[in-house]
Amino acid sequence: MEALTEFILWGWGFWLARTVIYTLLVVIGLLLTVAYLTYTERKIMGAMQRRQGPMTVGPFGLLQPIADGVKLFSKETIIPSQAHRVVFLLAPMLLFTLSLIAWVVIPFDKGWVLANLNVGILYLFAVSSMGVYGVIMAGWASNSRYAFLGGLRSASQMVSYEVSMGLIIVCVLLVAGSLNLQDIVLAPRPVWVQIMLFPMLVVFLISILAETNRAPFDLPEGESEITGGFMVEYSAMTYALFFLGEYANMILMSAMTVILFLGGWLPPFGMSFLDFVPGIIWFALKVALILFFFIWARATLPRFRYDQLMRLGWKVFLPFTLAWVVLMAGTLMTFDALPSQVRADNPIADVVGVVEGAASELEEVIENVVEKTKSNNETE
Amino acid sequence: MIVQAFAFYLFAGILLLSALMVVTARNPVHSVLFLILSFFNSAGLFVLLGAEFIAMIMVIVYVGAVAVLFLFVVMMLDISFTDLRKGAMNYVPLGVVIGSILLFELVAIYSYWQFSPSTENNLALPGGGFEGIGNAHAIGLVIYTKYVFAFQVAGLILFVAMIGAIVLTHRTRSGVRKQKIEEQQSRKASDVVEVKKITPGTGV
Repeated sequence: MEALTEFILWGWGFWLARTVIYTLLVVIGLLLTVAYLTYTERKIMGAMQRRQGPMTVGPFGLLQPIADGVKLFSKETIIPSQAHRVVFLLAPMLLFTLSLIAWVVIPFDKGWVLANLNVGILYLFAVSSMGVYGVIMAGWASNSRYAFLGGLRSASQMVSYEVSMGLIIVCVLLVAGSLNLQDIVLAPRPVWVQIMLFPMLVVFLISILAETNRAPFDLPEGESEITGGFMVEYSAMTYALFFLGEYANMILMSAMTVILFLGGWLPPFGMSFLDFVPGIIWFALKVALILFFFIWARATLPRFRYDQLMRLGWKVFLPFTLAWVVLMAGTLMTFDALPSQVRADNPIADVVGVVEGAASELEEVIENVVEKTKSNNETE
Repeated sequence: MIVQAFAFYLFAGILLLSALMVVTARNPVHSVLFLILSFFNSAGLFVLLGAEFIAMIMVIVYVGAVAVLFLFVVMMLDISFTDLRKGAMNYVPLGVVIGSILLFELVAIYSYWQFSPSTENNLALPGGGFEGIGNAHAIGLVIYTKYVFAFQVAGLILFVAMIGAIVLTHRTRSGVRKQKIEEQQSRKASDVVEVKKITPGTGV
């Protein structure tokens, strides 16, 4: 009994303390990044529109995000009297929590990951596909027309673009041969495979804009038509949670792109003489690159019309990515470039084996049917 | 083990509670939200069983796609559910009968039932042989090789169901103004704009 308590105290205590500290590090780092992402966004958009952006609070306006945060925290949270209180308050919490829990599987560097899941990419996909609930619940619980329209728009938009995102992930998995995010980063990729993945990178970048409800796909907010969409009734803390969730999701999607396509924490273009730079710096730089793309798109492009958005998702991206999965699989098979571990573990997985297996199965079935009909005829 | 047991009772408890709330909640949207919670907890149970692939697929497909569409439809319904429920008590005897039959069968299976030793041969993939690899990997090893026929037939059935749903619900509406992008792109200014010379004081 004493040994057990000691084990629980020391073994579990140590494990728990370590996990809590790592989690806090990730969460605080993320929140700081979100704060300064808003600052960077305003600065970049200012530069693109020949303005200065925030300048007055602190040197170069560097304390602006903190001032904004303090302002949001100190305001009054208003809950409309017609709103469904519980769901109304649950929605921003859900969105914010989901944008945080996805980070447990993101590898920042080799081995720097909170939970090295075997199905990491599926976990990431699952969490990002649940993000729609925060928006849809907010839209419904506000009990307001504009908010409801925003919720409806976002539900159909996010579901539509998830489909092509899933197919793009399949393309990458064909190359990597694993669902683990670290294995996906470390899987060797010849140059021609990278070139074949490039169109998927372009489609993925557009899809993550739609998935995070960012301009030019920010129809759920659409301030010029539905005055702020699903967030229209939210104020103070609840609004801040939506805001934090949206930006944390942007960073998450950027990290996902970096892991799937840009080689995670590895130095760019396989330049191994750059290995002395810590991996997390490469990771951060690559994420910053994708985030710049987010802001660039927002400052450049006007908002899509809703039917055009749906047309792009279902009639352009879905057939294209579907065809590309087939093309990738066929090419990898033809040039014998499928991931080696799959071939090594599985002697039946080569083309001949699959086709023969299917053929013999079919033969068996046909034989069975023939025999049955024969015996039936005989009995008659 | 303590942690596993704790997690199991937590997931199972919330699962049962939320399943109960699905049928008893007054507001249909709350029902759907509880349904989502129960999906989520069953995914947790799958993780405890070591079937993390199925758990993730459960969350992606049921929580991420199917339930969104449920919620989408239920949110837009404008029906008074209290009126609909007025006659519900009439069905209670039938429900009790069906429920007790199901309960009896479950109890029978788990208490008296004995499997003959030859049942082992009827199991899918007798003998296993998948120790040491992840279950996503294990599923991948057999689904396109040993079970390719069954798998493809299942896909085909889903495909037919999808086409059926589209055929049943599709209706051609008249008077819909559709955007024809090719037409817009191929339009020239000379086709649609006409410059009129108007002499002063005459009008068009």
